[in-house]
Amino acid sequence: MTDQTVTRKQLDRKLLDQEHANMAEAREKSARSGGRDYWRSLEELAGTEEFEIMLQREFPEQASEWSDGVSRRNFLKLMGASLAFGGLTNCTIQPEEKIVPWVRAPENMIPGKPLYYATAMPLSGVGTGILVESHMGRPTKIEGNPEHPAGLGGTDAITQASILDLYDPDRATVVRNAGRIATWGGFLESLDQELSVQRSKKGAGLRILTETVGSPTLGQQLNFLLEEFPEARWHQYESATRDNVRLGSSLAFGEPVNTYFDVAKADVILSLDADLFYGGPGSVRYARDYTARRRLRNGDKELNRLYVVETSPSSTGSMADHRLALDSAAIEAFAVALAGQLGVELKGDPDLPTYQDNTGWIAALAADLRSAGAASLVVVGDQQAPALHALGHAINKSLGNVGTTVHYTDPLEADPVDESQSIHELAASMEADEVEVLIIVGGNPVFDAPADLDFAKAIEHVGFRAQLSFYEDETSELCHWHVPQSHYLEAWSDIRAYDSTASIVQPLIQPLYNSKSAHELLGAMIGQAGLPVRDALREYWQQETFADDFEEFWVRALHDGILADMTFDRLRVRLRSPIKIPRGFGHPRDDDELELALRPDPLIWDGRFVNNGWLQETPRPVTKLTWDNAALISPATAQRLGVENEQLVDLTLPGRSAKAPVWIVPGQADGVVTVQLGYGRRLTGRVGEGSGFDAGVLRTSTDMWGSTALKLIKSYDRKPLACTQDHHSMEDRHLIRHADLEHYRHHPDFARHETHEAPASLTLYNNDEFSSSTGNAWGMAIDLNACIGCNACAVACQAENNIPVVGKKEVLNGREMAWIRVDRYYTDLDDPEIFHQPMPCQQCENAPCELVCPVGATTHSEEGLNDMAYNRCVGTRYCSNNCPYKVRRFNFLQYADRDTPTLKLQRNPDVTVRARGVMEKCTYCTQRINAVRIASKKRGSPILDGEIKTACEQACPTEAIVFGNVLDPESRVSDWKASPRNYGILTDLNTKPRTTYLARVRNPNPAIDKG
Amino acid sequence: MSESSTSTRQQYTPPPPELGPGQTSHTSITEKITSIVLTPHTPYQWFIVVLIGLMLVGLLQVSIAYLLYEGIGIWGLNVPVGWGFAIIHFVWWIGIGHAGTLISAILLLFRQKWRTSINRSAEAMTIFAVMCAGMFPLIHTGRPWLAAYWLFPYPNSMAVWPQFRSPLIWDVFAVSTYFTVSLVFWFLGMVPDLASFRDRAKHRVTRVIYGVLAMGWRGSAVHWERYEMTSLMLAGLATPLVLSVHSVISLDFSVSILPGWHTTIFPPYFVAGAIYAGFAMVLLLLIPIRRLYGLQDFITLRHLENMGKVMLTAGLIVAYGYFMEQFIAWYSASVYEGFMMQNRMFGDYGSFYWALILCNIAIPQFLWSKRVRRNTVWLMFISFVISVGMWLERFVIVITSLHADFMPSSWDMFYPTFWDWATYAGTIGFFLFAFFLFVRGMPVIAAHEIRTLLPFGKKEK
Repeated sequence: MTDQTVTRKQLDRKLLDQEHANMAEAREKSARSGGRDYWRSLEELAGTEEFEIMLQREFPEQASEWSDGVSRRNFLKLMGASLAFGGLTNCTIQPEEKIVPWVRAPENMIPGKPLYYATAMPLSGVGTGILVESHMGRPTKIEGNPEHPAGLGGTDAITQASILDLYDPDRATVVRNAGRIATWGGFLESLDQELSVQRSKKGAGLRILTETVGSPTLGQQLNFLLEEFPEARWHQYESATRDNVRLGSSLAFGEPVNTYFDVAKADVILSLDADLFYGGPGSVRYARDYTARRRLRNGDKELNRLYVVETSPSSTGSMADHRLALDSAAIEAFAVALAGQLGVELKGDPDLPTYQDNTGWIAALAADLRSAGAASLVVVGDQQAPALHALGHAINKSLGNVGTTVHYTDPLEADPVDESQSIHELAASMEADEVEVLIIVGGNPVFDAPADLDFAKAIEHVGFRAQLSFYEDETSELCHWHVPQSHYLEAWSDIRAYDSTASIVQPLIQPLYNSKSAHELLGAMIGQAGLPVRDALREYWQQETFADDFEEFWVRALHDGILADMTFDRLRVRLRSPIKIPRGFGHPRDDDELELALRPDPLIWDGRFVNNGWLQETPRPVTKLTWDNAALISPATAQRLGVENEQLVDLTLPGRSAKAPVWIVPGQADGVVTVQLGYGRRLTGRVGEGSGFDAGVLRTSTDMWGSTALKLIKSYDRKPLACTQDHHSMEDRHLIRHADLEHYRHHPDFARHETHEAPASLTLYNNDEFSSSTGNAWGMAIDLNACIGCNACAVACQAENNIPVVGKKEVLNGREMAWIRVDRYYTDLDDPEIFHQPMPCQQCENAPCELVCPVGATTHSEEGLNDMAYNRCVGTRYCSNNCPYKVRRFNFLQYADRDTPTLKLQRNPDVTVRARGVMEKCTYCTQRINAVRIASKKRGSPILDGEIKTACEQACPTEAIVFGNVLDPESRVSDWKASPRNYGILTDLNTKPRTTYLARVRNPNPAIDKG
Repeated sequence: MSESSTSTRQQYTPPPPELGPGQTSHTSITEKITSIVLTPHTPYQWFIVVLIGLMLVGLLQVSIAYLLYEGIGIWGLNVPVGWGFAIIHFVWWIGIGHAGTLISAILLLFRQKWRTSINRSAEAMTIFAVMCAGMFPLIHTGRPWLAAYWLFPYPNSMAVWPQFRSPLIWDVFAVSTYFTVSLVFWFLGMVPDLASFRDRAKHRVTRVIYGVLAMGWRGSAVHWERYEMTSLMLAGLATPLVLSVHSVISLDFSVSILPGWHTTIFPPYFVAGAIYAGFAMVLLLLIPIRRLYGLQDFITLRHLENMGKVMLTAGLIVAYGYFMEQFIAWYSASVYEGFMMQNRMFGDYGSFYWALILCNIAIPQFLWSKRVRRNTVWLMFISFVISVGMWLERFVIVITSLHADFMPSSWDMFYPTFWDWATYAGTIGFFLFAFFLFVRGMPVIAAHEIRTLLPFGKKEK
């Protein structure tokens, strides 16, 4: 045996020595043999002695160790080991696929380091520029693009959450024909057949239904299609349509124009039921610009002023200095009265509505607007009547705002149409059997078209129905073909932002399934099936741009996320004066009737995000409801009608009715029942199943946003609603400190005197215990003057920190997992001021949670973080009990989805996915701190201020959150904390929170306060 | 029996005040006590109780198995109410256990002779109650399989220790020490009686079992001397435990900063509450057992009356505690404390508070009456009310303090689930099952100590 071993070792060495076979020998043999076809290696070909031995040996040299004759000792060793390890194979199941390294690694791709790409998120025809974090080719997190005017780095909650849709296991994954799995090729084949029939008729039976098209290239493709099929019609419809905005500008200017605002320049702003800061195009930017004027930095003692008149409390309403809750008719009459005071010319039909209430208010407002002159702004809500929009334009014009705070451009849409009219026509022509081929490009009209059209019935008249959509939904069910639509992170496109800034929508990942984009479908219909969408985009923009070097323009556009200089010029429009006020405008409804106000849901929008767990579980900005819509009514109306929270009522219009749970909202206009659309979907994924009720049944094509003939019929059933905040008063805790500007001018440090602070010396602890030797001590400051309560931070945190969704039942149980929540408090039941307060972990220096943990799973880091060691946590929940801020979250059950493969792709690889039985909490994004720390160590210089941005800070549209080093006197956080408005909450407990707040200062009009 | 009755007739001496008229000789006492165990006849009521207990033990097993499988989310807990039924019942059971130690240790040191006939069963009650209690802190954790040993300081390669500043660690030591000392004390006390069983057992198997348990007790003077000394020493050890265990448990609450928990009065108030609840439970158990086994001569009305007096005293201390909580909430002028008390009385759980006042303060005042104290039905009723009241007290402390603390935005309600109740019912079942097994198989009354009560015994001493 020994001899044998020696021989083998010698041979091994020999093989190593002659690692490269003798090439000359090989060539020679090859030439000689001629007939031999296959050889395994050059050695074989050369027929070396070593190769012969290797053939005998069966195993390559590294595997030779145990191939010696088996000794008894080795045999026993092996047996023992195989017994011992026999069970281990169950622990790690190795993946079966082959792992192949990059032949040529993509540039900049370093495992473990994310890359960021600029793209844009389209929603309802308008885009928001974003940066997407990508880990090894997986997009994981959306951040705002600081270069893009729509957000300047901020985003809203929907944008943050849109990445989850990409990985939604319930999205449509295959082409289906009559419910059976089919192929894209098969679809094209049968589409071609239909189109060739249509071609002969010039497309007389062809109808395309799209959502609002904001993509210039798609618009061009559609126009090509219409050129090819001149008789065909292109319809547009979406539930959250901005018809009234378009109609209003047509009324005012004779043409639909795009209106956008420069809120930063506005000293006095009036919102007429407009949620300026939430949801609409440009809202993120408007919120940023508005709050930029409310910072009171460096001794600044001036603020802008916001008046809000609205039906239902909104983010914007909660920021108002003066807020009136009025029903729609009263808002209209209010606007007419205001216009009268401002000397705007109106023509009534037959006469103008009169408005007797709030006269002092209107007079003061008018005076304020007038004195602000061109630095004022009047904004009208998307759902308000066209005439009110026209009125708004007229007021802005008369105040001289056009050109300063109000700008007009060409419409953003490829073809601005009255969408409710458009869908009405489509339904009518389907009923009349004029439609033979219907191609639905995105959208779910069977669910969300106005109920009076009975779209589901009308569509049955069409011979060939195909739909491209992201989910298999109510419409897909009635279509012959369904093609899965690509997510915007999977496909090329382009889009314009609120101010017409154009961006390329660039994909970050190959489509996960066999999905197609609208461009691909349209391309196939106009004979460009082979043309990559990217090339189509390049072609389009090459025509548009005058850049000398298109390649450079293109690369820069992709890099920056903006197509340079492709913004529309500002339009000079002529107002058609006087504005005609139609009959019934501002006409009060009968006393025994209620107003129904339909609105898109702030989070699931028109229903498209109903299967998005993050959005479902994010509390609505003011109501704090999750997972459901409800009939929102004011406390006084609830009392009058004798209904209470969660009580089911029938909302009845003539001939229609919906069963809805009641939710009482302070600040709601009396007599108005606000209901969100988009819920009550019948066919949706597992997440959205059974959530909410369908308010769409109350919607008609003439009354898209509500009606005044609502009756409410009580029932005695209840439906539990999952609200994340049950208590609405601060109970003298001085959590949110606020004052009027006048008080602030005399007592800028008012916030510090609201409670008795414990003297710094009053502690049993060694105060030096938490001093940092790294020179970093992390802290955060949150400006309550800037927080609009939009919850973008909460969703960003959820995406960044792999926070699970728990579901309605668990939220009802009080087990939501949000690491940062936005608390909302009211001051009063009927005419409340509304306050928002984001609550991340306060990272107390004397943290009550730390000393009660029996296993030391939560400890203090040197830099002041209150760390959580998940591995060590046994889940006593004592820390949570002892946390006065209640910011700790517990995995009562296995909340994190460990099984769904696609969801694993979304997770942030730098953050642990927590198991059942473990406490978790805000860490100030410790993974981001560490990433920057590593970078700073590598370059050998300290961490710069602003280099670390927590996810919440990054997402915040208004820059209300700032994070940084409190030891650095130059840092922004130190600057904020030095503000006289700075205060900590519950500091009388001597917790010494590192997160502090800047008190809110309102700027009421003294003329209104007086009378 | 005939022998003993003869001797009674021959020289009648009245029984000692601690015993009933029937028990006048060593033999009669030993006979009576051993006859409970060494008999083939078991009262049918015993089977009923044990069967109910066994069924509930099954429920307990299912509850715990499901808990381990699914997670503590099956209970009604949430944020802010991170502790619920598990902690309520932990404190409740520990409290019940206290009476046993008090009777056997403190009353032994104070040489309260009347304790002898109740101390054994009270000690057994302690053991079983602590078993029930000890289970809760473990299973209430999120990951009990780790908590089971990470809470103990054991040397490990990671050099990670428990955090000794946490009251939960103090709990671990307090409860495990308490259980160990109680168990040793209880078992040691039974040794002479087990030896009596061994000597009187007819069947070989029983003889062997009791023989092993008797650990070679021969009743020699040396044995007795060492036995007495050990008992005294253990009593000395156990005495501070009576005060310390529940004090430490109260620190779980008072060390925290939560309004309603952060209270310096908690240690004495908890100890008094424990004694209160413990005596109530002793009465609840002994009154039926005394009747069932005809132990009226051993557990006399005088015993019951004395226990009534102890309950009354403890109840008044507890009432003082409630009053002090109210007073301090007002006197502190703290908005949190003030709201907490307001919320306790008139908040969402206000009815629990008033029920607690009714059960723990109002109804037990009947114990001022000697007639009530000597009436078993009344005592049973009041003991039951006190047991409920003490449960309510823990509910009020744990739940109402947590559900509305500092941040109004986070306030939420706690609703127990089926599994919350099932686990609780399961521990009651286990307690009954274990206790009745003990009654059937172990000396329920310390015969050798009773014997010392006799005049003869006294003379001997």
